[in-house]
Amino acid sequence: MSTDALPSVDRTHGLLKGHPRPRPASALSSVATLAWRAMLKIKHVPFQLFDVTVMPIMFTLLFTYIFGGALAGTPREYIQYLLPGVLVQTIIFITVYTGMGLNTDINKGLYDRFRSLPMWQGSPVFGALAGDVFRYSVASTLIIVMGLILGFRPEGGVLGVLLAVALVLTFGFALSWLWIIVGMLVKTPESVMTTSFVLLMPLTFASNIFVDLSTMPDWLRAIVGHNPVTYLANASRGLMHGRAQASDVVWVLIASAAIVLVSAPIALRLYRKER
Amino acid sequence: MTHAIETHALVKSFGATRALDGVDLRIRRGSVYGLLGPNGAGKTTTVRILSTLRKPDAGTATVLGHDVVREAKLVRQKVSLTGQYASVDEDLTGQENLVLVARLLGFSWTQARARATELLEAFDLTDAARRQVSTYSGGMRRRIDIAASLVAIPEVLFLDEPTTGLDPRARNEVWDLVRRIAAEGTTVLLTTQYLDEADRLAERMAVIDHGRVIAEGTSRDLKASVGSNALHLRLARADQRALAQELITRVLGDGLLPSTDPTEVAARLGDTGQAVEVLGALAAGRIDVAEFSVGTPSLDEVFLALTGKPAEPVASTNGTEKATR
Ligand SMILES: Nc1ncnc2c1ncn2[C@@H]1O[C@H](COP(=O)(O)OP(=O)(O)OP(=O)(O)O)[C@@H](O)[C@H]1O
Ligand SMILES: [Mg+2]
Repeated sequence: MSTDALPSVDRTHGLLKGHPRPRPASALSSVATLAWRAMLKIKHVPFQLFDVTVMPIMFTLLFTYIFGGALAGTPREYIQYLLPGVLVQTIIFITVYTGMGLNTDINKGLYDRFRSLPMWQGSPVFGALAGDVFRYSVASTLIIVMGLILGFRPEGGVLGVLLAVALVLTFGFALSWLWIIVGMLVKTPESVMTTSFVLLMPLTFASNIFVDLSTMPDWLRAIVGHNPVTYLANASRGLMHGRAQASDVVWVLIASAAIVLVSAPIALRLYRKER
Repeated sequence: MTHAIETHALVKSFGATRALDGVDLRIRRGSVYGLLGPNGAGKTTTVRILSTLRKPDAGTATVLGHDVVREAKLVRQKVSLTGQYASVDEDLTGQENLVLVARLLGFSWTQARARATELLEAFDLTDAARRQVSTYSGGMRRRIDIAASLVAIPEVLFLDEPTTGLDPRARNEVWDLVRRIAAEGTTVLLTTQYLDEADRLAERMAVIDHGRVIAEGTSRDLKASVGSNALHLRLARADQRALAQELITRVLGDGLLPSTDPTEVAARLGDTGQAVEVLGALAAGRIDVAEFSVGTPSLDEVFLALTGKPAEPVASTNGTEKATR
């Protein structure tokens, strides 16, 4: 029989009879299932991890060896300063994928399927986020390992690095909610990317990720000094090298909480809204 | 409760477009019901409201006695939707897609995998089970999509244009499947642009256009509403059509039925005897008639008469086909 044929009667016998439906999945179980789906997507399309890993490697190599000498005396000194910042920059940029993935699902009609199922309606958003946090962790690990190879020596030790990564992931998680909102409002995944990059480019470059505040003219320092990314980069650096300022860390945590508190309800509301 | 689906004066607008303009439907439990209409008629909008994906601006709808707005969750527990466009994850394999849906419906991992295997087997997708859906053909996609809607057999199944884009053989297979799902007691609401599809599958149907139900009933009712007898003529030359229509109007008064085919003329007859008069007048006017028949109007004509627009050409008439002498 050709593979294009549909079931013969005997093969579907009983298959189309109403099975007793199981009780609807709990919220936790549906979120876990959708997180599993996010993992499968990474497994089937490992290219998703490609840009997550290649971009930070390129940035680190370029900045360390081209500007390192000029900015900090030697590349080896500079990477101590740069690497915690590259982690921040990378995670901030890949948060955009959360919004793009969601937008793709909506365009592909997959959300119609999800929304017509009797599960907690927030599950797809949280499932996607769980998958994304996994992706951020992979990217963070790669960046740290690459840094260690290039001569990065965090004075804060393993604990310091872990705390820094945890803080950056927390901020990334919070930021993702913004792109979820964008992902629901614009038409295509490309517009999600464009919209968010317009915001992220100045945010990451007008920060102290690459250069120290003290090297900047006064007017620029005023701007950069108030950039939330600067606080995050300071906190990340501080934690990795064991000299974190509590104020930086607290500020980042407050900012993250504020973003989630404002944008998560909007995002979930938009998600439940018909389209 | 005898009705699986009931709607009263459903209204839905998108900006200035009134997608639904007061739709009333009553669909008997366990039946296959056809929602027939051209592009933009409001078919998808109706199905999306009934499957709780959209809220109506006005009017009410109940599915299995549950209000689709107030008791959306209850409705979702009993219905399945196969949308107009495939709603499966293309990055995942066929098997993974079915397990995903089964898990979200509350099956355990073991049950979910067993049900997926069973469905893949039944839909003849076992060989493709471990391939990503992005590598599937159109027909295979449609199948995995329908299979995903049958992981838990719903009491009401919505199929939005289930055969659009399928080759004739795959269409037949979907038809067969719809009949079998219905035979097991599921109510099926199916939208289509193909008149023959509704004619073959649906017990009753509603024709909708511009968001309004313009006709409702069995296909026999619909045909009868346009007149019980019709004369169908196929002309040898398309350029004689205007003249032929004029001659027919002279004999019958009013009664021409619209037709999309430039070589076809159809007219409603008061009694079959008028057919002879018409043919006589045409012969006298030297009109070359290739074929003629007297019978009930086709659904195409019903559609045209009701909407004033041609139906999608795929269904039955083919304008370029040459008449045989
Ligand atoms: N999300 C939307 N935003 C704006 N207009 C919409 C939207 N959805 C539907 N419409 C409009 O509502 C009308 C009915 O659309 P609907 O999709 O229900 O038609 P349909 O009968 O399913 O057509 P088709 O056969 O092309 O699928 C159309 O004029 C369409 O343009
Ligand atoms: Mg449609």
